[in-house]
Amino acid sequence: MSRDAPYEAVDRYELEVNGAVHPVEGAWLGETLLYVLRERLGLSGAKNACEQGECGSCSVLLDDEVVCACCVLAVDAVGSSVETVEGLTASGAAAGIQAALLGAGGVQCGFCTPGFVVAVYDLLRRSPDADELQVREALSGNLCRCTGYGRILEAVRMASEGSPRAAG
Amino acid sequence: MPPASAPAVTRRVPGVGTDAARPDGVPKTRGEFAFSSDLWMDGMLWGKTLRSPHVSARVLLVDASAARAMPGVRAVLTAADVPGRQTYGLEVPDQPVFASDVVRYHGEPIAAVAAEHPETARAAAEAIKVVYEPVDPVVDAELALDAPPLHPDGNLFRHLAIRHGDPGASGDVVVEGRYEVGMQDQAFMGPESGLAVPAEDGGVDLYIATQWLHVDRDQIAASLGMPAERVRLHLAGVGGAFGGREDVSLQIHLCLLALSTGRPVKMVYSRDESFFGHVHRHPATMWFRHHASRDGRLVKVEARIVLDGGAYLSSSNAVVSNAACFAPGPYKVPNAVIDGYAVRTNNPPCGAMRGFGAVQVCYGHEAQMDRLADALGIDRVELRLRNALERFDRLVTGQVLTGAVPVRECIAAALAHPLPPPLSPSDPVLARPGGAGLTADHDDVRRGVGVAVSLKNVAYSEGFDDYATARVRLEAGVGGEPAATVFAATAEVGQGFVTIAQQIVREELGVADVALAPAGTTGIGSAGSSSASRQTWMSGGAIQLACARLRRQLLARAAGRWGCGGGSVEWDAGEALRAETGERLSLAELLTEGPVEAEQEYHHPPTKALDAEGQGDAHLAVMVAAHRAVVDVDPGLGLVRVVQVTTGQDVGRALNPTQITGQIEGGIAQGIGLAVMEEIVLDQGRVRNPSFTDYLIPTTLDMPAVSATLVEQPEPGAPYGAKGVGEPPTISSGPAVLAAIRDATGLPVTRAPVRPEDIALSDREV
Repeated sequence: MSRDAPYEAVDRYELEVNGAVHPVEGAWLGETLLYVLRERLGLSGAKNACEQGECGSCSVLLDDEVVCACCVLAVDAVGSSVETVEGLTASGAAAGIQAALLGAGGVQCGFCTPGFVVAVYDLLRRSPDADELQVREALSGNLCRCTGYGRILEAVRMASEGSPRAAG
Repeated sequence: MPPASAPAVTRRVPGVGTDAARPDGVPKTRGEFAFSSDLWMDGMLWGKTLRSPHVSARVLLVDASAARAMPGVRAVLTAADVPGRQTYGLEVPDQPVFASDVVRYHGEPIAAVAAEHPETARAAAEAIKVVYEPVDPVVDAELALDAPPLHPDGNLFRHLAIRHGDPGASGDVVVEGRYEVGMQDQAFMGPESGLAVPAEDGGVDLYIATQWLHVDRDQIAASLGMPAERVRLHLAGVGGAFGGREDVSLQIHLCLLALSTGRPVKMVYSRDESFFGHVHRHPATMWFRHHASRDGRLVKVEARIVLDGGAYLSSSNAVVSNAACFAPGPYKVPNAVIDGYAVRTNNPPCGAMRGFGAVQVCYGHEAQMDRLADALGIDRVELRLRNALERFDRLVTGQVLTGAVPVRECIAAALAHPLPPPLSPSDPVLARPGGAGLTADHDDVRRGVGVAVSLKNVAYSEGFDDYATARVRLEAGVGGEPAATVFAATAEVGQGFVTIAQQIVREELGVADVALAPAGTTGIGSAGSSSASRQTWMSGGAIQLACARLRRQLLARAAGRWGCGGGSVEWDAGEALRAETGERLSLAELLTEGPVEAEQEYHHPPTKALDAEGQGDAHLAVMVAAHRAVVDVDPGLGLVRVVQVTTGQDVGRALNPTQITGQIEGGIAQGIGLAVMEEIVLDQGRVRNPSFTDYLIPTTLDMPAVSATLVEQPEPGAPYGAKGVGEPPTISSGPAVLAAIRDATGLPVTRAPVRPEDIALSDREV
């Protein structure tokens, strides 16, 4: 992968991502967390749909808060802990949500799906009893163009109820 | 007729008609599925396009010397660097790969850059000096018809005239109206992106998100001046399409950059570039005059439909054909005078988007049906039922509909769902029009209900030889268990074709283990486009036929083993059965001799061209949908909240009900989007809102509850009787919303999308 920076590069910094420390070398200061995750660390689970914080496709947890990785400079994440969909997958923390999305038919093209996994994970741990309108409000920053959200909302219901269909 | 001596013990493998899971579902939820923007290669460069800031201009100078001299820049290409055909296009190559002398729309490509870092590429593109001489643009389609030609091919793409029955017929009651539809964007989530890799044979491998691999390949090869077989396309993960990936965007640029630098090049459009990089839904201005008898029978429909095709042809000819053919909607119309025009302007090019011409006219014909019902004093739904097309009726093209046309059944199904409770003062503010923002007072909110119905063709029409190719291989897999692999160039764009492909093989061969080989242009023929709701029928049909050929090969094997004639061997429950003895050979036993493989093209029955009067059997089959929308409107603030949409949809036969539900809900979201919020806003041809900040698509708070009923009347001649399902949800859902707004406000509401000022500032007394 070609990684030459266009302007003066930072010598080196470290990012803590999914519990591991990743050195980042030769990066340009202007690179977003999304770019560094995807293009320097090979973590392409966070997606690049709008790159201006409107669509939620690049949702990650930064010090346990959901952020759009496209709107955070990577160097600003130094000293923080970043968790991506890859981390939630590896730990199994999102397994029920991922299974529910599949069981309910909430996945079509799948481009928004990792962002939804992160957002739903955050929602259900904070508000496990959220009603439908609260769920809709909580997820209104995550755009999906394929599903019309019906199957995704059904998946959230299944995951929040710990439905057997979602458990696998 | 199973023999008494040897009862079948074969497991039943669930096939079509079940809610099979997507084979790509698990990696998609884990973030492991490789979309085209996720690709990378060691040593790869980043591409960037320079686009015109002008709508219409002469290009006096392009000087790339400063850009080429920048550190980290490896190539800057302009029109002079295109070795082959300078133009491309789906139907006619009228669109320059790079504009060289004239710019015809805002955002037209001028040059492309490859550099070591995307930011370097962006800065280099900016450093290219271009001297333009702006020219007054022609941005009104009606005016363009009489304007000097904007292109050597002229400004009229196509005029389709339909003259059916007695053009002079008139009815007792006549209603007339003008309607407008704005420019909608597909707004798929995954922006255009790809990776081009130069190959040792001098050719190129392109990993790309597209809807039609082979037609991309042919256009790329022509512009590279290279034989098609040296341009190898591989489908990369596609983040949605909806028609927006049917035309070439960055494909040729990427291949040129890779061949020029000798290095892999990746290009990913930003969201704003994506708005400039693909075609949109045609804006339409429409006039309709409906004639009916006193007892509410349609006598004649007159229509004049003008579609703004923008600067280049794309698929405008086919879009205007649909608009004209389906202008009357799903109703019996004995006499018709319809003129459809697709026109070149300096607006952004328009082409395919879900619903493809049928969407625009549905806003017109459904508003007309409401007007007509009101003028006749007949209930709006009753008027539709009274005129509903039935099997063996004729379209206004004279074509007799020999397949299923369940118009009445779809309407009944949409209406059978219970209405939502009225808005209550105790409901949260989020449930009101305007939501958390400029929230309507409860007492100002009015509820309305509207119904709309639509008709559209499946697959390609007007004599196009529409086909798909598939190959299926069957072999002994792990532990000798039979395993199938499907080879097809069918683009999975999110619609779930991969699921259907597996279901069909399981249904036909009784094999549980079905893999899909990566889709590409090498070693397999075209699958046609993943558009026009056609792949379940077309690629599905090819897979079904390939499986049937495999069965014949396996039966021949069985006959050989038994030393009997092929005529006495039959397929039964996933095994070969010798009828006279009851002997059986399982698939696993038959495959010990080695794999079997069969390839098949599926061509749908031929359609015909339309004649000078617009008459002819131009369409394969039609799909029907009916929608009922419930809205809450604050007329003073002009705010609309869609509360509920219910639908009855003609699916032929449901091969995967959950996937169909997903198509219906997603299609309705795009329909509602066009009805109340989505529009590319143009100012003298300049795109004002190329971002998700300013081009709004429905969120979880905008989408209402959807209740859908699948109306199953198997389509004769279609594999398993299944019709396409992707487009109908997008067609009449929006018109139903507009009907509901009219019901709530009493305003005419003739334009989609409805803007707050269209309601709040309307001069009509409410």
